[in-house]
Amino acid sequence: MSDVLVYVLHYEGAFNKNSLGAVCEGAARAAQIGGEAHAVVVGGSDLNDDLCKTLGAYGATKVFRARGPEGLAQPVVDVMDKVISEHGHGYALFGGGLLGFEIGAGLAARKQAGVTMEVTAIKAEGDKLVAERPILGDSQISVSRYQGDLGIIIGRINAFELHKAEGEAVVVDIDVEYSAFTNQAQMISRGEQRGADVDIEGADIIVAGGRGLGKAEGFELCEELSGAFNNAAVAATRAVVDAGWYPYAAQIGQTGKTVSPKLYLAAGISGAIQHKVGMQSSENIVAINKDKNAPIFEFADLGIVGDLNKILPKLTEAIKAKKGA
Amino acid sequence: MKICVLVKEVPDAAVEKRINLSTGRMDRSGEKNLNPYDTHAIEAAMQLREGGEVQVDEIVAVTMGPQSALRALHKAVSLGADRSLHLSDDSLAGSDVAATGYALAKALEKESPDLVLLGQQSDDGECYTIGAVVADHLKMPSLTQVIKLDIEEGALRLERQAEYGYDTVKVRFPAVISVGDAINEPRYPSLKAIMGAKKKPLENVTASDVGIDPSLVGAEGSRVQCGEFHAPAAKAVGQIIEDEDTNDTVEKIVAWLDERKLI
Repeated sequence: MSDVLVYVLHYEGAFNKNSLGAVCEGAARAAQIGGEAHAVVVGGSDLNDDLCKTLGAYGATKVFRARGPEGLAQPVVDVMDKVISEHGHGYALFGGGLLGFEIGAGLAARKQAGVTMEVTAIKAEGDKLVAERPILGDSQISVSRYQGDLGIIIGRINAFELHKAEGEAVVVDIDVEYSAFTNQAQMISRGEQRGADVDIEGADIIVAGGRGLGKAEGFELCEELSGAFNNAAVAATRAVVDAGWYPYAAQIGQTGKTVSPKLYLAAGISGAIQHKVGMQSSENIVAINKDKNAPIFEFADLGIVGDLNKILPKLTEAIKAKKGA
Repeated sequence: MKICVLVKEVPDAAVEKRINLSTGRMDRSGEKNLNPYDTHAIEAAMQLREGGEVQVDEIVAVTMGPQSALRALHKAVSLGADRSLHLSDDSLAGSDVAATGYALAKALEKESPDLVLLGQQSDDGECYTIGAVVADHLKMPSLTQVIKLDIEEGALRLERQAEYGYDTVKVRFPAVISVGDAINEPRYPSLKAIMGAKKKPLENVTASDVGIDPSLVGAEGSRVQCGEFHAPAAKAVGQIIEDEDTNDTVEKIVAWLDERKLI
């Protein structure tokens, strides 16, 4: 019998969707091994009783709440270390994302525990949980089994399904004395939006650009192509957003948005896992890339190996002509 | 200030990566190179030294790995590190992420760095977490995927993209920072630096030299046991067009889209 402790990330009074998915998954798996799922939250006054109790609707029976700095991993490691030491959870679970990776890894060090990241499935084997993780560009699934008192499972973004039912969790406040080194880091500003506010989530068709566009002006080709379709929008990879070529609000992937349009047309995008997790459930994926070994061709429905500077303008014209016909 | 940069030898990007199914470990034979993400960490160290906001006395490249990992250290030194430290021991083979982070932390303890820099991920293991493991063992604050690193009032001012946008974090030394590939454009080593790399000081240490507890490393000491693999659910293979005649290619794309009523 083991309980599962799930970290739930929040921002401005709302819980993260991937964290809620992890609570659902934790509750389902804990039930299979005769335990319960508990949530742990760390933050300020927006973590009020009413908000925390709602985690019961996703399957958490208890919510451990600590007051502390938000958006940083190490305060959460301190909190989870204390909760697990006092309550003996057998597994710690994260819904993925950057903080999940950092907290899970820090906790592994603190508790001498095993950690598996990018997990896409968790299964019960007797009274234990095993984690499945795709490796080598998702060409193989590796199964992790844990030894010791604690196993740490960090999910891949969007791996765990979210379903809401009835129920309220019991909120338990805990006092934590943060480590001296935890206090060496201080959040100056969190969640800054860079670039224009654009809406990509409602689009039927997304034309996404990556580093292969060569320069910021390359996005003009994407915008022209997008303009040729109905209800289409332009999106971008993290690399080009970080480079300042396109606004953050249009970013797809691990630290950006998740979309599933009818058509996802990727121009000059290699298809790294961090990008793939944000768009792989698109109905149709078309990729244009000059590198025939780009991972995106492994999961594109239609792949074109070629120069996007030649192909995109002609494709734009051809689609306009087709619509005009 | 002393900066240690963690580096790793990985299979060359052109080598197809695979698992040795009998050992459950990455098959690391074939052409190898310095993990490309690590070059950004070395560059960040060089820019701190050249920036003059802090006095950087020494940049030390640190790796853990078999004898061949020496080449990654030579590359790191040619890119600007002053000397290197190679932790190599048969007992470390098969260590999982947590065990590897512990072993690296023990090697770093010997150096007492003010700043540990590393790349955001290794090109082979697809894991982004080693910095956070190392930091907790060293009892240092840590931040990963940093894309801007400045010195302000004797502390680090760091920017990165997280779940809700860009975060700015102030971190006091000593610290462990992993940098993203957007942070800089690594320089190319000069011919002179490449030729001189083998002459720079290199120290070899074993697990016992740095006080590693043998029960916490290697395949036996790892808390995650891997070794079972299976193929993922099969996905229909997509159609690939090699563009030779662009008009023809575009016609095919339009037909494909039209068939699916996407236009």
